[in-house]
Amino acid sequence: MARVIFREERCKGCRLCTAVCPRGIIKMSGHINEMGYHPAAVEEPEKCTGCTLCALVCPDIVIEVEREEKAV
Amino acid sequence: MKKVFKRPEILKDVPFHYCPGCTHGVAHRLVAEVIEELGIRDIAIGVAPVGCSVFVMDYFEIDMFQGSHGRAPAVATGIKRVLPDRVVFTYQGDGDLAAIGTGEFVHAATRGEKITVIFINNAIYGMTGGQMAPTTIMGQVTKTTPFGRDRETNGYPIRVCEMLVPLEGAAYLARVAVHTPKAIIQAKKFIKRAFEVQLAGLGFSLVEVLSACPTNWGLSPLEAVKWLEENMVPYYPLGEYKSPAGGAIND
Amino acid sequence: MKGNEAIGEGAVRAGCRYFFGYPITPQSELTHYLAKRLPEVGGLYLQAESEVASINMVYGAAGAGARVMTSSSGPGISLMQEGLSYLAGAELPCVVVNLMRGGPGLGNIAPSQADYFQATKGGGHGDYHLIVLAPNSVQELLDFTGKAFELADYYRNPVMVMADGIMAQMMEPVELKDEAQVEIPAKPWAATGMIDHPGSKRIINSCYVIPEEMEAVNIRLKEKYTQITLNEQASEGYLLEDAEIVLVAFGTVSRICRAVVEKARQLGIPAGLFRPITLWPFPAEELKRTTGKAKCFLSVEMNMGQMVEDVQLTINGRAPVYHYGRLGGMVPVARDVLQEVQKLYSGGVVK
Repeated sequence: MARVIFREERCKGCRLCTAVCPRGIIKMSGHINEMGYHPAAVEEPEKCTGCTLCALVCPDIVIEVEREEKAV
Repeated sequence: MKKVFKRPEILKDVPFHYCPGCTHGVAHRLVAEVIEELGIRDIAIGVAPVGCSVFVMDYFEIDMFQGSHGRAPAVATGIKRVLPDRVVFTYQGDGDLAAIGTGEFVHAATRGEKITVIFINNAIYGMTGGQMAPTTIMGQVTKTTPFGRDRETNGYPIRVCEMLVPLEGAAYLARVAVHTPKAIIQAKKFIKRAFEVQLAGLGFSLVEVLSACPTNWGLSPLEAVKWLEENMVPYYPLGEYKSPAGGAIND
Repeated sequence: MKGNEAIGEGAVRAGCRYFFGYPITPQSELTHYLAKRLPEVGGLYLQAESEVASINMVYGAAGAGARVMTSSSGPGISLMQEGLSYLAGAELPCVVVNLMRGGPGLGNIAPSQADYFQATKGGGHGDYHLIVLAPNSVQELLDFTGKAFELADYYRNPVMVMADGIMAQMMEPVELKDEAQVEIPAKPWAATGMIDHPGSKRIINSCYVIPEEMEAVNIRLKEKYTQITLNEQASEGYLLEDAEIVLVAFGTVSRICRAVVEKARQLGIPAGLFRPITLWPFPAEELKRTTGKAKCFLSVEMNMGQMVEDVQLTINGRAPVYHYGRLGGMVPVARDVLQEVQKLYSGGVVK
C-alpha cells in the first residue's frame, strides 16, 4: 500500500515526474492550476508502489509519499 | 501509512520562484534535508549569492546572509572566524563562484576555511538572461555566444573540482548532478559528507551540483535533463574528487 | 607611539577582536601591529587575498555580531566600495581606516587628502553615507578609532577614520587610559545561528526587489542619516571669534594651518582656523555659527578642491570661498599658505 499526494497548486507542469515513474501512472491534467500550469496527477493510484522517484526529481516539492512499512 | 517523503521543515512552505524544471529546487531540498538529518539547524548559517538563487535566503528557515556577487566565501570566512562552532555554508551559481568570485573560493579553499560551498553549475547565467558562464561548454549556444562557445574567442570551460584538488586546504570535493533519481540520491550523500567534513573541522568542502536551466538553454525540462546527461556529464565527470584520508567520514 | 600603532591599540581597547586586511603602503604597519597584538587578546588578524575579500570578511564578521575593522589606502579603499555599499545597505557596524595616498591610479605613497569626495559623498553605489572622522594627532588616532566603534554600533553604520601617511608615521606621546572592560552593546539583529534566538530567523540583507520595500528602507536610512547629521557634527575652532579670514582644514593640513594662523596674527592679519573633525556629517552648523565676522574663507587641502565645495554650500554665498591645494602627495608648506593668506588680505578681499 502506498499513496502519493500532489499539491497541485504548487506544480509547474515540468513533467519530470512523468518520465521517472516506473509504472507510468503520472499524467498531466487537462485543467490549469492557479499558477497557470497543467499539473501532474496520478491516474491509477492503486498501482503506485511508493518508490518516491517522482518526489525525488520534483524541483518544486509538490509530492509527498506515504507507504505501509514492511514488517521486519 | 508512514510518510516516507515530505518537505523538509527548514524550507519555508512557499512556492519557489524558479522556472518550471529548474533544478535549483532539488538542490535546495537536498541541502535542507542534510541540515535536518545532521540536526544542525540551530547552528547553521547560510550565505546566499547574487543571481537566481539569491532568494535561498528567504527559503531556508535558518539565519542567512546575502553576500555581494562572488564574495560569499569571504563573507562565510568572516562569519566562521567569529563563530567557529557554527556550520557555515554558501550557495553559489557558476557566474557568482567561477567567474567574478574566482578569487574568493580559491583562497577560502587554500586557507582550509571550515565552510561548505554548494556550487550550482548550470553552464549559463540565469538571472541576467542566459549569457555565457565560465562553465558554458564548448559549442554551447548562449545569448553572448550566439554561434556557440569557441576557443578562440572564449577559451575553455572551467572545471572547478579538478582545479581545487591540489590545494591542501581543500578537504572534500565532489561533483554531483540532480537530473535523475540515481544522481539525486548520490548528490545528497555527498552533500552530507561535505557538511560532515566541516563538522569534523577537517577543512574546506565543496560540492559542485550539475543543474538544469531549461529556460535559458531553450529546452523543455525533459529535454534539459537529457542535454545535461549527454553534454555536461561527459565534460564534468561525477564523483568524489577528494576526501579526507583516515576514515574521518563514516561510509 | 606611532600613528599606525595608535590606530591599532585604539581598536583593541575598543574591544575590536577581528581584523581582515591586505597589505598596502602606507598602512602596512597598522597590520603588522595588529598581527601581533590581536592574538594577545584572543583576537584574530587574517590577511585576505584582496581588499575585495577583506571588506566582505568584515561584512560576515559584522553580521555575526563582532567588532571588526579593516584598513587600506586609496587603491584598496576603491576596491572596497562595493562592500561598503553593502555594509551600509545591510546596516552593519564596522570601522574602515583609510590612510590616504597620492592618486589617481596607482599614484604614489605620499600623503594626500584626495579621497574626501569618495569618503563623504558615497564612493559606492546607491544612496548611503559613511560616518567619516578626521583625526589630526596620534592621540586622536587612538581616541577616534575607539569612538568610531561606538558610533558604528550605535547607528549600525560603517565608520571611516581618514588620515594619511604623515599621521601614520608620526610619533607623539599619547595618554593611554586604563584598559577597561569594554561594554559592547547587544546586537539583537546579528545572525549568529538560531540557537541564540530560537524560532526567529535573522537575515543580513540589502536586497529588496520590490521598489516599495526598497524605498521604505531608503527612507529609514535617510532618517538615520538625518539623526547623525543633527547629533554628530564635530569640529574645532582656533582664534575664530574675531577672525576675518578663516582657514578651513582637516587632518595633517589643519596642523600646518594652525601655524599659519599664528604667523598671520603676528603680521596683524585677523586669521582663524576652522577644523572639521567629522567630514561626514560636515560640521556646517558650527562653521556657520563661529564665523560670523569672516569676510573670506580659504579651504586648504591636499587635493584639487574637494572639501571647499562643502564650505561653499555652508557659507552659501555670504562670503567668498577660496581653495589652496597641493597635489600628488605634496604637502602644503606654512610659508606658502601664509603667502596665500596675505595675498587675499592685501588684495582687498577682506574689507
